[in-house]
Amino acid sequence: MNVQSKVDISGIVRGGETLKGHRDRLMEATKRTKHYAGLSKMELRDSDPIKYNKLFSRLRAGVVDARETAKKIAASPIVEQEGELCFTLYNAAGDSILTSTGIIIHVGTMGAAIKYMIENGWEQNPGVRDGDIFCNNDSLIGNVHPCDIHTIVPIFHEGKLIGWVGGVTHVIDTGSVGPGSMSTGQVQRFGDGYSITCRKIGENDVLFRDWLHESQRMVRTTRYWMLDERTRVAGCHMIRDLVLEVIADEGIEAYWKFAYESVEHGRVGLQARIKAMTIPGRYRQVGFVDVPYAHEDVRVPSDFAKVNTIMHTPSEITIRSDGTWRLDFEGSSRWGWHTYNAHQVSFTSGIWVMMTQSLIPTEMINDGAAYGTEFRLPKGTWMNPDDRRVAFSYSWHFLVSSWTALWRGLSRAYFGRGYLEEVNAGNANTSNWLQGGGFNQYDEIHAVNSFECAANGVGASAHSDGISHAAAVWNPEGDMGDMEIWELAEPLVYLGRQIKASSGGAGKYRGGCGFESLRMVWNAKDWTMFFMGNGHISSDWGLMGGYPAASGYRFEAHDTRLKEIIREGGVIPHGGDTDPENPTWEAMLPNARIKRDKQAITTEAMFKDYDLYLNYMRGGPGFGDPLDREPQKVADDVNGGYLLPRFAESVYGVILADAGDGMTGVNIVATEAKRTAIRKSRLEEAVPVSEWMASEREKILDKDAGVHVQQMFAASFKLGPRFEQDFRKFWNLPEDWQLLEADLPIPSYGREYSMDISELPDVKTVQFVEE
Amino acid sequence: MAYTKAKIKDLLDGKIDRDTLHTMLSTPKDKERFQVYLELLQEQVKWDDQIILPLGPKLYIVQRKLDKKWMIRSQAGYDFCEWDQNWKLHARIRVRDTAAQMEELYPRLMAPSPEWQVIREYFCPLSGDLLDVEAPTPWYPVIHDFEPDIEAFYKDWLGMPVPERA
Repeated sequence: MNVQSKVDISGIVRGGETLKGHRDRLMEATKRTKHYAGLSKMELRDSDPIKYNKLFSRLRAGVVDARETAKKIAASPIVEQEGELCFTLYNAAGDSILTSTGIIIHVGTMGAAIKYMIENGWEQNPGVRDGDIFCNNDSLIGNVHPCDIHTIVPIFHEGKLIGWVGGVTHVIDTGSVGPGSMSTGQVQRFGDGYSITCRKIGENDVLFRDWLHESQRMVRTTRYWMLDERTRVAGCHMIRDLVLEVIADEGIEAYWKFAYESVEHGRVGLQARIKAMTIPGRYRQVGFVDVPYAHEDVRVPSDFAKVNTIMHTPSEITIRSDGTWRLDFEGSSRWGWHTYNAHQVSFTSGIWVMMTQSLIPTEMINDGAAYGTEFRLPKGTWMNPDDRRVAFSYSWHFLVSSWTALWRGLSRAYFGRGYLEEVNAGNANTSNWLQGGGFNQYDEIHAVNSFECAANGVGASAHSDGISHAAAVWNPEGDMGDMEIWELAEPLVYLGRQIKASSGGAGKYRGGCGFESLRMVWNAKDWTMFFMGNGHISSDWGLMGGYPAASGYRFEAHDTRLKEIIREGGVIPHGGDTDPENPTWEAMLPNARIKRDKQAITTEAMFKDYDLYLNYMRGGPGFGDPLDREPQKVADDVNGGYLLPRFAESVYGVILADAGDGMTGVNIVATEAKRTAIRKSRLEEAVPVSEWMASEREKILDKDAGVHVQQMFAASFKLGPRFEQDFRKFWNLPEDWQLLEADLPIPSYGREYSMDISELPDVKTVQFVEE
Repeated sequence: MAYTKAKIKDLLDGKIDRDTLHTMLSTPKDKERFQVYLELLQEQVKWDDQIILPLGPKLYIVQRKLDKKWMIRSQAGYDFCEWDQNWKLHARIRVRDTAAQMEELYPRLMAPSPEWQVIREYFCPLSGDLLDVEAPTPWYPVIHDFEPDIEAFYKDWLGMPVPERA
């Protein structure tokens, strides 16, 4: 690659450029030529493909190996059990070359931190030298949420910077207002936990003592914090050593070329895959999630945040005939006074986590895909906030719920081409998050965030059911973890763990079911817990006739007298809350204080020993008309605990029969008759869409909808004029019909006034998307 | 990698073996799949108008034999509209917006709350087949979810002749 021309020799980058000069030149060439770094030819790859692939294979294997080795250092079960870590290798400009397995959303987020350092003159102050260690978790410059801690190490060769390596782990607590890594109690950044902006925390491979003393007291779970940091540092140093070994073997010229050509390779590769798997055209979809804060069990510090709202993201994917594509999120909701906001980089980078599971299932995950994609995220939306006060700790609440819609869009393309194996009706809303803290069974200050929901149900495909209790969109390698490990990490005994029946969306192929764990508080002191998940809204629609996954609810029980009941040999709750419509546990817990409702987000509530908490992991959405499901599969679902028996008939039109040995089979004749009857009744109960539209229009004219629904539309209209125009046109609304947040009977702080991080002195933010 | 017509049929029928499925997922796509797929689908429908693009298990864009118009047609033979329009606007709809209606699908507490989210079912007017489900808030416009560029797809991407369109 000819990156040595017009060199400014005052800088630290190989060849003598400054970091800023280097990145500026690459970006200018990218913009001008439409090829990354102006690489219209990939010289190394084309002239010596074996060496190119050898470099790729060694480096890729090395970053994966570093992850596998380093995570054994970690104390946190989130890292060790769930694999919530990732290492990525970057070129000198901060563009990722390749990444390990794990939480690969960070392929972009750590690069955003490097670019922030480059653009804000870190080279001059505090300086970037061989052996330096930097730490970042600032969500205002690209991180997903504060609990993802980045360690970033520059790589030097013969005194010049040739790249960077970043390592990230999800830590269990960041010292936010409430305990747990993704807490809910705060509504602004200032309660969102310890926030570190690309800070130099070490030199000569040694961490500064002031950093160690300060950081360990900023979080509740000190030991996990410190050991997780050693995990990241060790992995980064392993990869730095590997890079230097590779250079020694293959030569710096080859490595240097590889570090840029691989990004262009990734860009071209995406375009090729789009052409190979999709259909040109426009795809539209939408995602929602509920923020039910006008509830007594959501205790937040600010009255203006005590409102029910709905987060909304319509999306339009345009695939052009040349294989390029554009993703436009016009009409999305404004950022809000909660912890579910996201930075543009986490929103876009996370999409690659999805794409690696279908569109680009390759080991070469790097920034090439980002350069091959046009994103439009209007400024001021929840995923591109224009205010520096916003909180991010559970950005995933809507990231997963907005992305799930993109599966549907892409799946229409896969289905159209006959690639049914790639069709996915959507991902689950990855919740509930069991979080809390206090003093644990070891008499230490503690916080918990159970990562059992790394194993939710998967959306159905067009040829098979979704896999049950299997995956989370944000970590393709996650799992539910061992109960024994969670019991060591949390003062919570398991009274049950079972499949959550009827949690997967119905369909010809049903969504995978989630599961549920019943936990009893044991040996905890001054303990609190709370719930975090979707409740009123199922964010995961079905596809092509499939139904959405079930939505969430909470069950908690206090003052249970379980100690006495156990001593007396009585019956106690165990297993799962199999049918919440016909609950059985209440009768076993006379006089207990029980909360069983749709309030699936709460803030810290006090728990004591023998109190109960149900942790319910969601299912995935379904595909196709349930009446086309093979009847025996419905019976199998009932036998396996995936479906409550009454829904065999009401949803699937299957009449069950006794199959002996306590098993259920199918009455084929009665099933055929039932399905015929259901089809008939569908048509009797349905009306022409035009007729329904006329009645719905009247409701709109009369403003007949909940305030939370009206607020959602009003906020989207303000930020998305095209969305409003389309809405007005669709419903043929008169010009004098207006819907303004200011007219609604709830506060809307942030509606008119905001102040972006870029308005601070001496701050230059990096823009990655069209706004 | 190419697959036999029988294997593609297995995939359509939900009977694909795990080894072949793994190969399909992990190796480059077979460009010829589309034509085999269309052949199989054509064999499954009771009408002989040419399928141009499948939109769902029981929904297609077809070239109507009668007049060469491209139409969106259900498996049962109902022509909703021309290919570039939103077929859902011409379907029959049932909206679930009460707790009782939701609880026919989900156990109580696991159903969406109807004041936050409704379920809209779009049926084929001839057969009662459920062709699509939307689950938006009240007031949400009917989504025109897919506008394919069939000409570019056939001609530029697959090198196939574009079916005649009146």
